[in-house]
Amino acid sequence: MNKEIKAIYTIWLREMTKFSRERVSIASSLVTPVLWLFVFGGGMGINVRMGTMGNGYSVFIFPGIIGMTLLMTSIRSGISIIWDRDFGFLKEIMVAPISRISIVLGKALGGATTAIIEGVFILLLAFIVGIHLSIIQIILVIPVMFLISLGYNGFGLAFASSIQSSEGFQGIMGFIIMPTFFLSGALWPLTNAPGWLKTISYCNPLTYGVDVMRHIILGEGQFLLPADILVIICFATGTLILTSHFFSIKK
Amino acid sequence: MNNQLIFDIMVAIQIHNLTKQFGSLTAVNSLSLTIHKGTIFGLLGPNGAGKSTLLSMLCTILNPTSGTAKVNGFDILTESEKVRQSIGIVFQSISIDDRLTGRENLKFHAMLYDVPDDKIKGRIDEVLSLLELSERADDLVRTYSGGMIRRLEMARGLLHHPHILFLDEPTIGLDPQTREHIWSYIQELTRKKKGDLTVLLTTHYMDEADLLCDEVAIIDKGQVIVRDTPGNLKQGLQGEKIRIKMKSPEILASLLSGNPRICKVLIESGLLEVQVIHNGNIVQEIFDIARESGIEIEHISIHEPSMHDVFLYYTGEEIRKEEEDNFTSQYRKMRRRR
Repeated sequence: MNKEIKAIYTIWLREMTKFSRERVSIASSLVTPVLWLFVFGGGMGINVRMGTMGNGYSVFIFPGIIGMTLLMTSIRSGISIIWDRDFGFLKEIMVAPISRISIVLGKALGGATTAIIEGVFILLLAFIVGIHLSIIQIILVIPVMFLISLGYNGFGLAFASSIQSSEGFQGIMGFIIMPTFFLSGALWPLTNAPGWLKTISYCNPLTYGVDVMRHIILGEGQFLLPADILVIICFATGTLILTSHFFSIKK
Repeated sequence: MNNQLIFDIMVAIQIHNLTKQFGSLTAVNSLSLTIHKGTIFGLLGPNGAGKSTLLSMLCTILNPTSGTAKVNGFDILTESEKVRQSIGIVFQSISIDDRLTGRENLKFHAMLYDVPDDKIKGRIDEVLSLLELSERADDLVRTYSGGMIRRLEMARGLLHHPHILFLDEPTIGLDPQTREHIWSYIQELTRKKKGDLTVLLTTHYMDEADLLCDEVAIIDKGQVIVRDTPGNLKQGLQGEKIRIKMKSPEILASLLSGNPRICKVLIESGLLEVQVIHNGNIVQEIFDIARESGIEIEHISIHEPSMHDVFLYYTGEEIRKEEEDNFTSQYRKMRRRR
């Protein structure tokens, strides 16, 4: 058991070492959420006035933008295992005397840590849109970020292990990230959304993740907090089990 | 001690009726092979003969369709984790993280193989100096040459003190000088470890098989065709070839054609070529016959059978060079990524 924990730590450490060297890509992955928060939020905010958004549009979408940051970073790092496979390194990990579950957990924990760091960067911008966060709120939101990131890392890994080539890499990112973001209730309250949009969004785990963060950060949410938390725990567990299963299959 | 026990002590790898099918293709066909401890064993075969598939099964990343094998005494099916702990592998294609430094790659490996923390640094320094990489250890691997990457991979394979080292085409895509360096490393290693390190390598370089391996097995269509030392295999082929240069070789050709120690006489581009069955004083005999008939021999040369001849004899085909091997193409790809 001790050995497996060491293996998880080792794989996590590799992700961290690489992350710490790629400062440019850290900065570039923060550009998109910042644009959404200030440019889109600011531009739309002037024109949108709704009863459900008493504090302004930028404030309303703020938890959703954090969700988007977590989503993007998590899926990207989950899917990065395609690079590992393409450039051969995955073989080194696969022949090591460690369990497949440790490989998946190490990789997912590494990706989740990366996502949390980026999420915290955005979180620290809260004061600019006029949200004043207490230390307790920040402490509460981090475990939630962790669960969401773990889920989407698992999702990215499962996806990567079931496709063969890295050619569709960019396409897959576009296929998954933007739809998941738009259909998560991050940009508008789902209570007033059209029925079809509501139905799809209710099937999206990110909807519940964003809702938890809205509960914590803004003190309001659409669903019951325990139900939200249950959904994101199930999502993270489910994707990690699925990915571990994919990794254990030998040809 | 009973016989089985003695057998187990001496054997590094025992393969029993191992079969692997991919759909209708049988890559490895009921193959059995025993490899003794402390030897450098070469698997030779044409492309697609099943060498890499066999190696993948032995390092437990591929499950056999039927049959089994024991590696370092552990069953590849039921004790795969112990097998993995006992072996070091250098894959045919690059399997190093080029975004980490050489030392980081080694540290990562040591941790995955549960090398005790207090020993990691010493072991890393040991393998780095063994493969002459100490100076560049803290540079990113993406700045390494192909030969350095190969050496780093070999260093990594040895880091956890494996009992068996698998090398899949270890010198593919490398220049002749680097290849010879790597051979001497491998030989020095097995000598140093005194029977505690067995090397199993695949190759399609005949000189590599000849100069490096203690024993080789030629594999074709998923089966072992022949297995012996390179020396015995060469000797097993019918004798030497003698080429003689002279004016009008036809006369000597007819004089030699009935000789019981000569199996083939032919004239090729003005040279008389004689295939000898047995060694011995045949060269002296040819000289005597020539002198008696007043023929003046200008030049004579003796050609021993090479591993190329052996390979050709058993597989019926020349070993082909792949258009571009995995290692080189991947190295290029890595360079392009920058």
